[in-house]
Amino acid sequence: MDTKNLRKISKEVRKDIIKMIYKANSGHPLGSLSSVEMFVALYFGIMNHHPKKPRWPLRDRLFVSHGHVCPAQYSVMAEAGYFPKAKLNTYAKLGSSLQGHPERKKLAGIEITSGSLGFGLAQAAGYALASRTDDKRFRVYCMTSDGEHDEGNHWEAILFTAKQKLSNLTLFVDRNRIQIGGPTKEVLSLGSLAEKYEAFGWNAIKIDGHDFEEIFDAVDEAKAHYQGPSVIIAETVAGKGVSFIEGKASWHAKHPNKEERDKALEEIKNG
Amino acid sequence: MLNKKLKLNKNILKRGVEKKSIRDGFGEGLVMAGEKDEQVIALTADLRNSTRVRAFSEKFPDRFFELGVAEQAMITVAAGMANYGKIPFTTSYAVFSPGRTFEQIKVTVCLNNVAVKIVGAHAGFGAGLYGATHQSFEDIALMRTVPNMVVVSPADAIEAKKATIAIAKNEKPTYLRLARQESPIMTTDKTPFVIGRAEKMWEDKDPQVAIIATGPILHEALKAAKTLQKTKIESLVINCHTIKPIDELTLIRAAKTTGCLVTVEEHQVNGGLGSAVSEVLSKNFPAPIEFVGMQDSFSESGDSKDLLEKYNITAADIVRAAKRAIRRKNAQG
Repeated sequence: MDTKNLRKISKEVRKDIIKMIYKANSGHPLGSLSSVEMFVALYFGIMNHHPKKPRWPLRDRLFVSHGHVCPAQYSVMAEAGYFPKAKLNTYAKLGSSLQGHPERKKLAGIEITSGSLGFGLAQAAGYALASRTDDKRFRVYCMTSDGEHDEGNHWEAILFTAKQKLSNLTLFVDRNRIQIGGPTKEVLSLGSLAEKYEAFGWNAIKIDGHDFEEIFDAVDEAKAHYQGPSVIIAETVAGKGVSFIEGKASWHAKHPNKEERDKALEEIKNG
Repeated sequence: MLNKKLKLNKNILKRGVEKKSIRDGFGEGLVMAGEKDEQVIALTADLRNSTRVRAFSEKFPDRFFELGVAEQAMITVAAGMANYGKIPFTTSYAVFSPGRTFEQIKVTVCLNNVAVKIVGAHAGFGAGLYGATHQSFEDIALMRTVPNMVVVSPADAIEAKKATIAIAKNEKPTYLRLARQESPIMTTDKTPFVIGRAEKMWEDKDPQVAIIATGPILHEALKAAKTLQKTKIESLVINCHTIKPIDELTLIRAAKTTGCLVTVEEHQVNGGLGSAVSEVLSKNFPAPIEFVGMQDSFSESGDSKDLLEKYNITAADIVRAAKRAIRRKNAQG
């Protein structure tokens, strides 16, 4: 896999994220920027899919649980060819298929409506279980944030996924350590997520979530683990790529002004 | 008099009328739906017996999923399964699902628009002895506000069986409300059942009041009609088993024929059947309505029969409400 090209795409995606959030006066920069490499890796290397045939029955499925990072997903989908890049300008506007939080019924290629936290893994598990009973061979990927682990529904789903030994499901956790109210450690400390998942019967893999080699290796390891589900805990930097956004909880759902936009785009360009 | 066209149970108003729990009808219907369509699957949140999903789980063990006491996961897992193409029936008590799972239902079932069936057992006074935490009087209100949702509340075990088979085929998010107590069998296998169509169970020649009921309490409404008939008050009794989409045509016709109505439900009058009927009539044919049901209060522990008396939801209360409605109509001149 040529990671140089993927890094180039990631740069474009980061620029798109800033532009979209600026133009819409709305959006979530921290999580969108921290999850870029995972989305790029999924759409440009990991998933078996056809952008021109978004409903191809044998496609791998991606269930994004923390829908507020959709600027990243939309941008990567546009880069992959699901729709023209010009459509990104309509993000969150009236009549756009790019809703402020993604909706399955509005945009082909979005597998689930999300935005309300804690619901994604359970739906991915239901899907993976149903497809396994029908002996379907595609894989189900799910992505969550670390802050989302405050939700009880998610832990119910962690138990259920392990009980059903859903080895056809791989979960990414964007461990950017920031949520709306501040550092996850202060808001509701999660401790070691890897140890928690292992205690719940999962195969846990820790990686640097901005390193493509590590992402691909982790997915290969997850695929090779037949005994049950795997979680890839991706350590990331919230707001990655823009120095004045990185690690600052105040940027969870803040949109940049014109000056900040220009500064951010410059930094990404030179980064 | 009873509507002969509906081929109702001959013993419907006799002292020895047969009784059966509505949940048993659901349990039988689910097995039949499962036999007809292998996409039908069932989930429970540690309530396999009391929701009557056990028969299905034994007949189709590969299509049954135990979630543990985790209602939120049950709904969201089912949403994923329905997204794939399965027809999941999720089973719990109505207080827990849809009670606890409202947002999961709104977002992952209805906004996704996937055909998950929410089966809420022990609704109304059936869980009387368990006390207020286990009695659901808010579920109809919750479910009928959500776009894309169909709301069905069968009146007896036979109707519950038919409703279960029907909703397995409707390809829509659907709430099925079940009662626990042994309740009178009013219909027969030959009685028609169509989602969205209310049925006139009792129709006198010149009815002065229409009584609209949902769920097993329909039997009290029929007893009330019989009592009213003895005092020369003619009436119409409608089984409104589908609360959404509601049968507007039948309700408007009933209001035009009688000029006043009584709604009867084991549910809060705020937001339930009474509200649904009011919304239709205030737009189309305003008429006095009396509301028999829970009057914005919690219930308490007790036998369901005693509780119905305490909270004024008996045939005698319906008779009084009918007379009040007629007085209000006449006062309007």
